[in-house]
Amino acid sequence: MRHFLDFEKPIANLEGKVEELRHMSSDGSINIADEIGKLQTRIERELKQTYEKLGPWEKVQVARHPERPRVSAIIKQLFDDFTPLAGDRNYAEDYAVIGGMARFRGQGVMVMGTEKGSTTEERIKRNFGMARPEGYRKATRLMELAGRFGLPVLSFVDTAGAYPGRGAEERGQAEAIATSIRACLRLPTPMVSAIIGEGGSGGAIALAAGNRVVMFEHAIYSVISPEGCASILWRSGEHAQEAAEALRITSDHMKTLGVIDAIVPEPLGGAHRDQTAAISSLGTVCFEQLHSMQSMDSAALIADRSDKYLAMGDKALA
Amino acid sequence: MNWITNSVLPKIKAWVQSEDVPDNLWVKCKSCGQMIFHREFEEANNCCATCGHHAPLSPENRFRMTFDEGKHTLVELDSISEDPLKFRDTRRYSDRLRDTRAKTGLTDAIAVAYGTIGGKPAVIAAFDFRFMGGSMGRLVGNGIVAAAKEAVARNAALITVPSSGGARMQEGVLSLMQLPRTILAVDKVRDANLPHIVLLAHPTTGGVTASFAMLGDVQLAEPGAIIGFAGRRVIEETVREKLPDDFQTAEYLQEHGMVDSVVARSEQHAFIARVLGFLMEKKPAAKVA
Ligand SMILES: [Zn+2]
Repeated sequence: MRHFLDFEKPIANLEGKVEELRHMSSDGSINIADEIGKLQTRIERELKQTYEKLGPWEKVQVARHPERPRVSAIIKQLFDDFTPLAGDRNYAEDYAVIGGMARFRGQGVMVMGTEKGSTTEERIKRNFGMARPEGYRKATRLMELAGRFGLPVLSFVDTAGAYPGRGAEERGQAEAIATSIRACLRLPTPMVSAIIGEGGSGGAIALAAGNRVVMFEHAIYSVISPEGCASILWRSGEHAQEAAEALRITSDHMKTLGVIDAIVPEPLGGAHRDQTAAISSLGTVCFEQLHSMQSMDSAALIADRSDKYLAMGDKALA
Repeated sequence: MNWITNSVLPKIKAWVQSEDVPDNLWVKCKSCGQMIFHREFEEANNCCATCGHHAPLSPENRFRMTFDEGKHTLVELDSISEDPLKFRDTRRYSDRLRDTRAKTGLTDAIAVAYGTIGGKPAVIAAFDFRFMGGSMGRLVGNGIVAAAKEAVARNAALITVPSSGGARMQEGVLSLMQLPRTILAVDKVRDANLPHIVLLAHPTTGGVTASFAMLGDVQLAEPGAIIGFAGRRVIEETVREKLPDDFQTAEYLQEHGMVDSVVARSEQHAFIARVLGFLMEKKPAAKVA
């Protein structure tokens, strides 16, 4: 069963009808191919109309869709010879962060990302993609390794944020995030980061301070969740929709503000309707971005990142 | 009277306003309740003589307290286009900014000055919690960048004194981008082989902790300061566990390896002077990669 979002109800109804018709036609009593064809056209039109004008709050829901492409699916589809690496060498392995060496279109790279998980069991194991200090320290370790051996880094971010836990605080969540951001910035090899679902605050930027940052069309990137922002500024989580609007969390705003370099188009009806196509587009955009840095040496790459992030905030919405 | 009304208002607001009351008035310590002469309180740099509680301190007073003989020169900070997101909650961000500026006389939540500490050249970037809870937006980021540049140009140590509720939400993702931005800034100081001392003042939370504020060569904190990435309430709601009373205090952080020393205001000048004495005694032989 496909998972439908609230605003997808009309589409769900139409698809329900198609299912019913298919069921009826399977006993061979009636030929309803025409009917189904008409319904499919309506579905497509409905999807196009809905997804063309998704508001920020709707994008929040799409970005959090349980069937959104996960990092592990991206690695599986876009990378060969994935060789996972584990642990921060200090305390633990954090399953919220996946990473390792792999081949990307033939080239050896380091790939990493925050993984929310796809089944209930996996979600629990991966702490719903919310990393602890060990996750960020592992990311730091992987980036340092990549730097020493000349591997470009590709990172994929999908997280509500860093995990707010007692142990996480005691083991230095803040320091771990800061150090991971620093590792991104000091990396002597090219780094392409992609916001694929939720780009939640410090837990996201920890892995996303790359030379080039791309973002799925319907992904979101924010300093705080709309719910969290609403509960502070409106003093009620019920104003999350307004907060989502005010925070300018969508890919088009990110592009205008200079926070991202490219938007990865999603298939009709969002990445969750066709994961394979979505991941394929992501691969193309990541490759283009990586390729664009081909002639840059270590010093140029570090300077490029420095210029990029020192200028953050110079651009504003018109 | 002013301070009576204040005592029922949130802690911070009361502390802050106490800086403006005339000399003959009393200030009530927010920790032990002791009444202190305002003048005495100010002379002790907003510390309670009875319990040692450290109330918020303005950057100006901090500069006077920390630099040799209090002598310092303010560093002018760039202005910048305001309200990049045209942000509006129950009020417009631009209105909020305008009102806060009028009320506090401040431009934003940070001030930068240079001088000497124990004879060593130093730049201090101090947050001002009175300005929107010390939240870090682009102007605060500018302050850290300017302070780092000033330190490198003057061959001086950088001392950052965060006191902040976190990132400035009204600047959205651009406030998040101040995390890498301020890290780059303090790394310029590091690359120049100059010391960066962080002095964590109450409170330092959220995005600010996950940036330059945890990357000092020496990490100091003021007694009792609350320091942490996630807020206590959020953690309690997430883990459904009662947290220790001293959770996220400066002393708790020291116990967990995050802070070198908890230093009272009365000791800070001498302590920082001593540290700079060690770290700036010799010219580094070579740039360390
Ligand atoms: Zn007291």
